[in-house]
Amino acid sequence: MSDARDGVPEEAVDDEDATPDGGHASTTPSTHTVRLELVDEPGQLLAALHPIADNGGNLLSIYHERGNKTPRGRIPVEVDFEATQERFEGIVEALRSEGVNVMQAGTERYAEEVTILLFGHLIDTDLSDTLSQIEACESASVADVSLAAPQGTEEASSARLRLEARAGETEAALAAVRELAAEKDLRLVEPLTGVEA
Amino acid sequence: MRLAVVGAGAVGRSVVDLASEYGHEVVAVADSSSAVVADRTGGRGTGVDSDAVVARKAERGIVGDGDPEDALAADYDVLVEATPTTLGDAEPGFSHVRTALERDRHAVLANKGPVAERFGDLRSLVNDSDGDIRFEATVGGAIPAVSTVEDIEPGHVTAVRGVLNGTANFILTRMAAEGLDYEHVLAEAQDLGVAEADPSFDVDGTDAALKCVILANVLSFGAADDPVDAREFTLDDADVEGIRDVPGSTLRLATEDGRTVRLIGEATGETVRVAPRLVPENGTLAVSGTQNIVQIETTHAGRLNISGRGAGGPETASAVLGDVGRLE
Repeated sequence: MSDARDGVPEEAVDDEDATPDGGHASTTPSTHTVRLELVDEPGQLLAALHPIADNGGNLLSIYHERGNKTPRGRIPVEVDFEATQERFEGIVEALRSEGVNVMQAGTERYAEEVTILLFGHLIDTDLSDTLSQIEACESASVADVSLAAPQGTEEASSARLRLEARAGETEAALAAVRELAAEKDLRLVEPLTGVEA
Repeated sequence: MRLAVVGAGAVGRSVVDLASEYGHEVVAVADSSSAVVADRTGGRGTGVDSDAVVARKAERGIVGDGDPEDALAADYDVLVEATPTTLGDAEPGFSHVRTALERDRHAVLANKGPVAERFGDLRSLVNDSDGDIRFEATVGGAIPAVSTVEDIEPGHVTAVRGVLNGTANFILTRMAAEGLDYEHVLAEAQDLGVAEADPSFDVDGTDAALKCVILANVLSFGAADDPVDAREFTLDDADVEGIRDVPGSTLRLATEDGRTVRLIGEATGETVRVAPRLVPENGTLAVSGTQNIVQIETTHAGRLNISGRGAGGPETASAVLGDVGRLE
């Protein structure tokens, strides 16, 4: 259902024939959709809506999928609002700087999926911290985690992570994970991206 | 062509054994301590007795009663350098090749050391010589990796990648198929003769890295308008990770997801990288056992894949003798 609306911001830009110089068309408000991921705690929804209203977005609808949970146990929320393109960008930025996880914004979405393996002392080096550090990286979000620790927590264990990266940012996401792995003395098995076709 | 074969391991012996089938004559053979040189009084057509050389090596551990220097001084057209790969100054292999080039003779290398560690030095020697060098056998055994890149032209190849070490590939294949751990499969590989007693060179990725360094040199020097501008690669320029610590559970998680892990080497004109990588389980690069595969990414010809035997005496000798043919 959100797919139909995702195209809106781009179409809006196309409609802006009023700017023959080719500059950014940002004067006419258009409808935008953002998908957010909220922690299931009181006040979280309100906190997420503030940056939208405060930055000139005109709220149209909020779809709070309480029954649904994201793979990380959070609640997906879809918000529609009107804003000019310029304000829309400011809103997304404001949401991110408030710590709200924006899974998808307008046509921008986590378009690229990448699977990686990590092995080493995953548990001793605090797996949940590892995952939150990857989450904290702007380029990607952790969609799925599988852990195999056959020898208990003392021995080397392995994890398979499915990451969702923003379009064109897979390499940046991998670089962030690479750095984190080096820091924690974990080994990373990267996919051969762009080769699998 | 008259060949002097230096190095009497599996590859050198196979070259001696097969040369006549390819229309060449072996006029000298040397190993590290001995040599045999054809008696020239008989004129052309009287090469060394290949069967006798191979038998002597097997029985007495020497190839003949001469000094290794005699083979280097023999009257050959092509020196086949098949001594064990050494790193750093790549000696004694490098000096063997230099001797040949200074005498305006050709050299064909099966030894990776000089091509991986001293490519620039080799090119300078070639520039001052009427002889040339070829080294197909250094990358992927029987697989024509270097000549294919040359045929496409290095300037039109953006990357070469692949599985370039049969030992590491065998271990990863068995770990995934049997759910066994590294140590267990390594022992099995050693029993089968697939892995050496000291498997470091293979499982730490060094061997694959040397092959990728050689490919990077081919790409870099081949694409440069002036070789002076070409970037020279050595093993130090390679980013290398091996498979020694990969736990069985990592392979299991990959398999569950329709993938597997392969030790993949990648070379471009700018980078060299070897590391275990996730690839689709039934994908092109997921070759099994000791098989190798070379994948060439081109600007106008799409992607080419060549798989085959990456090691073995006769297989590697066929690459050596193919090179000799190209020098005729």
